[in-house]
Amino acid sequence: MAGKATRAAYGETLIELVEEGVNVVAVDADLSGSTTTAKLGKAYPERFFQVGIAEQNMIDVAAGLALSGRIAFTGSFAVFGTGRVYDQIRNTVCYSKLNVKIAPTHSGVSVGADGGSHQMVEDISLMRTLPNMRVLVPSDYNSAKAAIRLAASIEGPFYIRLGRSSVPEVYESPEGFEVGKAHVLREGGDVTIVACGSEVDEAIRAAEALAAKGISAEVIDAFSIKPLDSDTILASAGKTGAVITAEEHSIYGGLGSAVAELLAERLPTPMKRIGVQDTFGTSGTPAELFAEFEIDAEAIARAAEMLVASK
Amino acid sequence: MSLGEIAYRANLMRYDIVDMIGEAGSGHPGGSLSSADIVATLYLSGVMDFDPANLQSPARDRFILSKGHAAPVLYAAFVQLGIIERDEIFTLRKLHSRLQGHPDCKKLPGVEVSTGSLGQGLSIAAGLAAGLAIDAGEGKAPTVFALLGDGETQEGQVWEAAMFANQRKLSNLVAIIDYNDLQIDGHCEDVVGVAPMSQRWEAFGWKVFEIDGHSVEQIRDALVQAKEHSEGPALIVAKTVKGKGVSFMEDQAGWHGKAPDAEKRAAALAEIEQLVAQSKSEMEAGNGR
Repeated sequence: MAGKATRAAYGETLIELVEEGVNVVAVDADLSGSTTTAKLGKAYPERFFQVGIAEQNMIDVAAGLALSGRIAFTGSFAVFGTGRVYDQIRNTVCYSKLNVKIAPTHSGVSVGADGGSHQMVEDISLMRTLPNMRVLVPSDYNSAKAAIRLAASIEGPFYIRLGRSSVPEVYESPEGFEVGKAHVLREGGDVTIVACGSEVDEAIRAAEALAAKGISAEVIDAFSIKPLDSDTILASAGKTGAVITAEEHSIYGGLGSAVAELLAERLPTPMKRIGVQDTFGTSGTPAELFAEFEIDAEAIARAAEMLVASK
Repeated sequence: MSLGEIAYRANLMRYDIVDMIGEAGSGHPGGSLSSADIVATLYLSGVMDFDPANLQSPARDRFILSKGHAAPVLYAAFVQLGIIERDEIFTLRKLHSRLQGHPDCKKLPGVEVSTGSLGQGLSIAAGLAAGLAIDAGEGKAPTVFALLGDGETQEGQVWEAAMFANQRKLSNLVAIIDYNDLQIDGHCEDVVGVAPMSQRWEAFGWKVFEIDGHSVEQIRDALVQAKEHSEGPALIVAKTVKGKGVSFMEDQAGWHGKAPDAEKRAAALAEIEQLVAQSKSEMEAGNGR
């Protein structure tokens, strides 16, 4: 089913939180129309802080606002909102364990035509290594709402990965999400597909294609990359004996790495990581890029088929 | 507290700075000594609305040490304020110490935010000031003070913060620059020039005060005026001498981040003892006002 972009949940959910009496604010760096925090600024000017094209200042102004008792969300695009400001996130937000939520939009290659300079595929990796940081990757509009609400309700640093392009609806409501909890969306016995973000829908479609070939795939939406839902993933890996990970992110340091680390130490299991190989993105439509980088449903299904065949 | 007593206590802080860095075997004496009079005046003159017995008071003025490597000056001030016992300074930089090499707010109460990566403190202070100003409404918001190094203004983020603070007319934000004209690799003007300091900040819309950063009277007066300035952010350019108080450390880049060995430590402490004795007698004579 056609759905909205995860970023569409951003400004809207912040407005809901303000109206519920939650002390949230947003800081943005001249991209508030794209990130959708401009909606918050229009409705509640005192909850919105514009810093201009100054991402480093954005993160540390948010840190200062957190010190004043506010729950501070930061914006910009993922490439600027995590990579360019890694030191501010590390040395101020995480080191001081401040109530700042890093929630830039335009993550992954689905940014599309803007090209590789704007397609951030290393952000999960960067954010996941930081002490005190928790990482949530919503897969659709409703899970994005849930992620924003969870981050606002729990003290301390969060990274929420949001995307530019529309993604199909996976969840009917924003209820039932927890930090550290994955969701088994489809049960199966032959292979486990652990996905996050926009790849959840690709994984579901891959599972449907695999079913037509007689392969039963279990699909898990990881949602919380850090902390990872070890129990759910280990239980599924134990059942199927084959694990595919799928993410709109580099194969290095993201969900695939997190699952590989878990399985290597606790339950060595044959696996294959679907993600952007060691390369930058390029201009194109999201659909073209998912095919180009072999992170679409077809690529997931091919990898799953091969992994099952090798058992 | 009288200006004479502040000057005296600033010298006691110098003694502790050299003593703790000597004991630690590493640390940053130069910029800690250059800013001793500034930090002493800030905390002890009464300009800053701050109660060491109530570190979490929402109404308190805040101080952010953006040049976090000068942590010893903060710890020495905390000794004067009774936040820590003097004995604790000898744990500086040691395993499990609350006195980390750079200030850690998670370990030591009284540290408003952890610092150490240069260029960030002014942004944090600006965000905090903006939040406090909104909370105060029509009332007087707490003031946020931030101390920066002069070389630190080479960080581009400082100017991002300068623009933001002016844009929002953050009149409860006061920055102080410890202008000792030295950084690790040499004189600032030889590394990458930071002059003309005052004109740069004025061009960014800040109210600027230029003072002798070793005159507690000038520091106190400038802090009062900067805090009262109601049209936007204010900056105090405090001209200082790096390593101030120890003859062989003064104006020497080599003492930015080097601890004195036992011999140098004793020699430095002997010099500072004389300063302490001199400022004590001036205090008692009332010369320091």
